[in-house]
Amino acid sequence: MSTTALTGAPLLAVRDLSVAFDRGRRRVLHQVSFDIAPGQRLGLIGESGSGKSLTALAVMGLLPDSAEVTGSVRWRGAELLGQGERALARLRGSELAMIFQEPMTALDPTMKVGRQVAEVRRLHRSAEPGRVRPLVLAMLSSVGLPDPVRIADSFPHQLSGGQRQRVVTAMALVNSPDLLICDEPTTALDVTVQARVLALIDQALTREQAACLFISHDLAVVAQVCSNVLVMLDGRVVDGGPVDRLFRAPEHPYTAGLVATARLDLVEPGSRLPVIGDFYASGAAGPQ
Amino acid sequence: MRRVTLLAGVALVSVVVLLALVSFVWTPYDPVRVDPSARLLGPSAAHWLGTDGFGIDIASRIMVAAQTCLLVGVIAVGIAALVGVPIGIGSGLLGGWFSEVVMRVTDVLYAFPALLLAILLAAAFGASTWTAMIAIGIATIPAFARVARAGTVQVMASDYVLAARSCGTGRAAIAGRHILPNVAPVVGVQASVAFGIAILAEAALSYLGLATPPPTPTWGRMLRDAQTYLFTEPSLALWPGLAIAVAVLGFNLLGDGLRDLLDPKLREQAR
Amino acid sequence: MTSIPSDRAEPGVYEVRDVTRIFGHGDRRVEGVAGVSLTVHSGERYGVVGESGSGKSTLIRMLAALDRPSSGRIEFQGRSIGELPDARLGFLRSAVQLVFQDPRSSLNPRMKVADIVTEPLRSRLLRGRTDVPTDRSRRLAEVLDAVGLPASAARRYPHEFSGGQRQRIAIARALAPNPQVLIADEPVSALDVSVRAQVLNLLNDLVRDAQLTLIFVSHDLTVVRHICDTVAVMQAGRIVESGPTAQVYARPQADYTRRLLASIPTLPS
Repeated sequence: MSTTALTGAPLLAVRDLSVAFDRGRRRVLHQVSFDIAPGQRLGLIGESGSGKSLTALAVMGLLPDSAEVTGSVRWRGAELLGQGERALARLRGSELAMIFQEPMTALDPTMKVGRQVAEVRRLHRSAEPGRVRPLVLAMLSSVGLPDPVRIADSFPHQLSGGQRQRVVTAMALVNSPDLLICDEPTTALDVTVQARVLALIDQALTREQAACLFISHDLAVVAQVCSNVLVMLDGRVVDGGPVDRLFRAPEHPYTAGLVATARLDLVEPGSRLPVIGDFYASGAAGPQ
Repeated sequence: MRRVTLLAGVALVSVVVLLALVSFVWTPYDPVRVDPSARLLGPSAAHWLGTDGFGIDIASRIMVAAQTCLLVGVIAVGIAALVGVPIGIGSGLLGGWFSEVVMRVTDVLYAFPALLLAILLAAAFGASTWTAMIAIGIATIPAFARVARAGTVQVMASDYVLAARSCGTGRAAIAGRHILPNVAPVVGVQASVAFGIAILAEAALSYLGLATPPPTPTWGRMLRDAQTYLFTEPSLALWPGLAIAVAVLGFNLLGDGLRDLLDPKLREQAR
Repeated sequence: MTSIPSDRAEPGVYEVRDVTRIFGHGDRRVEGVAGVSLTVHSGERYGVVGESGSGKSTLIRMLAALDRPSSGRIEFQGRSIGELPDARLGFLRSAVQLVFQDPRSSLNPRMKVADIVTEPLRSRLLRGRTDVPTDRSRRLAEVLDAVGLPASAARRYPHEFSGGQRQRIAIARALAPNPQVLIADEPVSALDVSVRAQVLNLLNDLVRDAQLTLIFVSHDLTVVRHICDTVAVMQAGRIVESGPTAQVYARPQADYTRRLLASIPTLPS
């Protein structure tokens, strides 16, 4: 990527990242490389099984022990691969934060959400007696939750899906991370709620001047948040570039296929929709 | 890691089963013959684990007692599963007030002390292996009913049951085709765990004299006999205690291992 | 595209009049569906648009007689179905089939594809009906072919297939008893955008070739615009707007419809 040259040292530098399971027999990620500069927003698009989520988990050091990870993941120049759990845990939730697809599983059902947000803050900051609660309430209201006091004193199951995703977003942002990784953060939400959560993530990133790695199968969603995009296919990065160029004039046939299938609005109603196969014949051609 | 749990469970359970099987055809000594000349001997080449206060070979007694332990487990768990699973599936399938009544009744049964039930049965019919097995079995019914009901409710809420209903599939076919195969794994896990609990309960009842009467060897009774010599010959209590621990731990590990193996969520991640 | 019958006197396949479905009672009383009326004509492609909690799923469950209205009347081909006992619903069960949102939960993971697809043919209510195919293995081969799956798929389990292929299996099951009406509940929203086009093309072709009546439920107005000729927009249990899809899409009247349209993420153009 050319972004490094423009903005100086990258925040995150991933080089030749490969992941294999079953003692190297099943390779799921092949030499993925990219940089994220401070404040940059990089989208990662591809179909399910293309390796998007694996890439995020590998960066966070959250892959199961059975995974063989090779290559290099550098955070501000320091290698993360091979780091102990304790060192990684210090980074996660403070400098590096993540928002998952299903907000219900990311929250502890037995704990009030206000306390859960506060825990994340306390975990990474020295004691701030009496200052955490106001900060949590401010955080909850900044992610667009009305009546933050009531929300803070609610359990996860008492909230709607959109409210839970906002709480998770607040948790991710409470320590002002430098990089926010979003893995399909709005896929489980209704469209009107999705629109609001996307706008919210966009505002929060601008306010915190944080960088972002945004994962989605939906090009239109990625385009709302990101300036640059990588396209993944079968565990490899096959294309990449600025959003505008990639979507207006895709060069790689697979990208062209992805763009075409996403443009439902351009097709005459009732006529045949373009499919990926019209543009790109994969190794395993046939109905998906 | 999951494999380790399962394999450890299988290994420990195999030890108990093997002891029981071998004891049908061979034991070092007669496990009920009293020999006053050989009381309280320490371990030796002749008596591997020594002899007890009656002069009975401890190794032989432990081996034969494994039979009782497995019999109690099989029958008690069998009673509980055969009664509890249909109750649970039926209540989950039919729903409504029927389901509520059935589950409240099992709740009451859950709260009823199993020990009291065992005492009542022993008082009415005389303490035997059978009264113990039936008492343990009845006390375990609610656990199976709950597990089966929870599984049934989950399956009933799935879209494939909705699809089956939408094309006119009857309740019996839904139960046989969709519910039973999906509930069977959790019932299997429950059975393994319940087996361990049954063994522990039988040992406790034997110890209290509320189960198998002498001379049939049981680990619980061996503990009771060992109590007399607890301060002079503590090793007498060690062997039956160890046997109970091995059997209970084995079935619990087996249950945990099966749970991990069958949990579709965990399996999905591994794929 | 099928033209919308303009003669409103002609009875529809479905006539829904003032249907309300209430859940719970007292303080917890919730109107899942509140006074909905609609008519679906034969051969029509009827879209129902709404978000979670709009009552769209409750509505189609009542159309499929998997749930009963608290009040109001639902007629299928001129016969009221709201109060019929299950045993007398054979005519509906063979004529109306469902496709669900998430093929991971709509296919029993412990059954082979052959058993899943032929399940409707083995059902007590459908066996022996003249409109239902009797030769199961032949019908299995036919519908697998119709949805573009190889015959060898029959011997495999759902988890061996991708999301899009699983949805094809679910569609094959729905086609098996030769239905007249297909009700699809968010059939593409659990799928990747890139797979969505394939499944929509398939549904389009199948509905046209078999002259099915389609009731298509979605939260995505762009998808409904592509598939349906008529649309009803639901919010909080009520229909807030309905009419020809092109018209609702181009000139939405209700505030909620406008908001829904504005929320759909689009690519820069």
